[in-house]
Amino acid sequence: MSKRLTWRLGIIAVCILGALLYLVPSLSKNLPPWWSSFLPTEKVHLGLDLQGGMHLVLEVEAIKAVESNIERVVEELKHDLRKNRFRYQDLKRIGTDGMALTLLREDDRSPFREMFEANYPDFELKELPGQPGKPSFELVLRHKAREHIMKMAVEQALETIRNRVDQFGVSEPDIRPQGKNRILVQLPGIKDPDRAKKLIGKTALLEFKLVDEDHSVEEALKGNIPPGDEILYQVAYDPKTGGRRKIPYLLKKRALLTGQYITDARVQIDPQYNEPYVTLSFDRRGARLFEKITGENIKKRLAIVLDNKVNSAPVIQDKISGGRAQITGRFTMEEARDLAIVLRAGALPAPVKILEERTVGPSLGRDSIHKGLVSMVVGGVVVVIFMAIYYALAGVIADVALLLNILFIMAGLAFFGATLTLPGIAGIILTIGMSVDANVLIFERIREEVRLGKTPRTAIDAGYAKALVTILDANITTLIAALVLFQFGTGPVRGFAVTLSIGIISSLFTAIFVTRVIFDYLYLERRMKRLSV
Amino acid sequence: MEFIKPGINIDFIGKRNIAFFISGALIVATFLLLLWRGGPNYGVDFTGGVLIQVKLAHKHSPGEIKKALVPIQLQDSIIQEFGEKGQAEYLIRVRKTDINLTGLSDKVRAALIAVFGQGVEIRRVEMVGPKVGRDLRQKALFAIFYAILFIAIYISGRFELKWLMSIIMAVSLSVVVYVASSFGVSVTWLILIALAVTLGLCWFLKLRYALGAIFALIHDVTITVGAFSLTDREISLAIIAAFLTIVGYSLNDTIIVFDRIRENVKRFKRRPFVEVMNQSINETLSRTVLTSSTTLFVVLALFVLGGGVIHDFAFAMLVGIVVGTYSSIYVASPILLIWEGKSTGKPSRK
Repeated sequence: MSKRLTWRLGIIAVCILGALLYLVPSLSKNLPPWWSSFLPTEKVHLGLDLQGGMHLVLEVEAIKAVESNIERVVEELKHDLRKNRFRYQDLKRIGTDGMALTLLREDDRSPFREMFEANYPDFELKELPGQPGKPSFELVLRHKAREHIMKMAVEQALETIRNRVDQFGVSEPDIRPQGKNRILVQLPGIKDPDRAKKLIGKTALLEFKLVDEDHSVEEALKGNIPPGDEILYQVAYDPKTGGRRKIPYLLKKRALLTGQYITDARVQIDPQYNEPYVTLSFDRRGARLFEKITGENIKKRLAIVLDNKVNSAPVIQDKISGGRAQITGRFTMEEARDLAIVLRAGALPAPVKILEERTVGPSLGRDSIHKGLVSMVVGGVVVVIFMAIYYALAGVIADVALLLNILFIMAGLAFFGATLTLPGIAGIILTIGMSVDANVLIFERIREEVRLGKTPRTAIDAGYAKALVTILDANITTLIAALVLFQFGTGPVRGFAVTLSIGIISSLFTAIFVTRVIFDYLYLERRMKRLSV
Repeated sequence: MEFIKPGINIDFIGKRNIAFFISGALIVATFLLLLWRGGPNYGVDFTGGVLIQVKLAHKHSPGEIKKALVPIQLQDSIIQEFGEKGQAEYLIRVRKTDINLTGLSDKVRAALIAVFGQGVEIRRVEMVGPKVGRDLRQKALFAIFYAILFIAIYISGRFELKWLMSIIMAVSLSVVVYVASSFGVSVTWLILIALAVTLGLCWFLKLRYALGAIFALIHDVTITVGAFSLTDREISLAIIAAFLTIVGYSLNDTIIVFDRIRENVKRFKRRPFVEVMNQSINETLSRTVLTSSTTLFVVLALFVLGGGVIHDFAFAMLVGIVVGTYSSIYVASPILLIWEGKSTGKPSRK
């Protein structure tokens, strides 16, 4: 055999061997341990539309984090004002821009300025022309600080959601940031999408607030809410009617303790009523705070507030030390478990909103794979038979190239760790139809050359040479379309672009290189006389 | 075996006026149809909204299903039968986007079970918020636009060795798009302006191969959109992917004919351009028919056997392949004749 031919056969053999090696992990479930030590283990991933699962795009309402941050600074500043004995008339948050402050003594103007600029570098102090003798200020959150808060909010939300999903137990979840304030969550094979959505989307801000027992709720409901108070509701099920009741509570606005000190949360069963409840453990600082709060407020009611809904408001019987608390309610076992997960994973720094959701049930995914494969086989068989009849031996050679092409596409998907989606299967089917195009072009050229009376060998040479430029031009433009598609697409569309691109490249290899080697073998090596095209 | 005998000589170019008439009529019909329907029928991917695919135990009329959804205030949704005959699968489309989506599929399931009994399966839920819908629409339009632009550059460079010209075109186009977008023009208009400018530049810079190819693929995509509108199918994200594939396929075909024309123009310098073109189309006819039919076969298999989710995608490909094959013969090539003087009948040389 000539040296050049041996070389080329070698290249093809290496490609086939490599492709087979890359396909093994996708086909077999149990790889022997020696395999993974030096052989590829990448698999062809199935897209959510094929294996079933949930795709979510969440938006972190980061501006809400800015709001709560300023709210916190307001409380901090109030404390500092008292400590430094600055008397003030009014201090409040203005939207998400900053705070407005009016002092009561002209003499405090510059000492306050000094104190503020030293301690609150994130804010810019602007003096406003107020009433004489009452210096008023606008304290504006700096742009950089605001951007930082928003960025941190998104990062922290991402981390929190990741924790929650990990604890929920989903195999191979994919959670990643998208754009500036969006988070993409992909949960393959999830069985209860609604439960997962609730778990991910819950802000889970846990607060302990005192019930204001000096004022009446009825008065407050009429609109006379005492300063520093707020009305929150408890949603209770009425066992008699089965309906829902909203019970109003008048609470002190300031949270005495929040969920940030929680180190653990577990589900326990109350043996008396056989109802699940959640126990919380605080860290040392939280435990000290809790001890102090309970000690100072014996016989008062302490409301446990979750996401601005009152969970319960028990009366503090005694000082509680040891840093443990429990949340009871009419939970189902599942609800209690999910509550424990979100409390353990921590609160989201800002609420999230679901922007996009795509859920595919597992049975539909199986149907799609099945139908996709059936149409692939049917279409493929028709093309293979057609080529063999139309081009005889050359057609069979093209068929070999076609089969190799499908092998290479699958291996390519595994190699790049790409995802096979339903449009991706359509892409492969399309490639089956189009990849014979290169061979059709070559064979038609060869036929033309034969008609001009050329010998098989020169006809083959000329046919390949002339068709090559055309084939390249035609495929590069399709490749351009595929690459643009890849750039803009998400999920299934991207899967389509990937299979199409891999298909184009591998079909160039099989349809030009592989068939040429076979032809050369037959007509140079075996010296076949009749050209069967 | 041979379908097309060698030496065949059909006068394709001579019939170009008939072809122009047919194409023109189809395009005008598409525009009228779109005007009448108030634009393309965008799916939830682009409008925002919810799509729920349910499987019931027995067949029920869409009206019955609508009635079942009254208690959860979804009676305004569009109910459509889905999938193969004899299967009780339905699509429920809700255009409202202000509803609370958490737990929506549970509510739908509960409402359906309350009326039809057990055996209700939620097979697919697709919810797209209005913001995302707008983003996706922009991205899709830009994708089609960029694909066309890059292809124009490639074709002009490859076929006429006018890389400089095509780069000039790309730069001026970017300037136009930039200026227009700074005036706050909506994306749809932006793309239309950009396409008009692309065609105008091709014309002005005499990039005739690019002009022919781009014209052909706009022709193909427009008619496919028309077919979608006519059969009342929705344009979703996957359909945009199909359109881009049609763009690629249509070009594939066009380029093979163009390649032959270019080759033959060099070989037969003395023969009239029209004759050379006809000969080139005839020489590639066998290949055109073969490749189109193998591709058509596989797409047909997908259309018939591929199942409901991929049905519209396959439909787009079917229409696109048929129209694309036709346009590479009857639309793209005759446009090359645009600069041919009525007198000379020879390819203009620069």
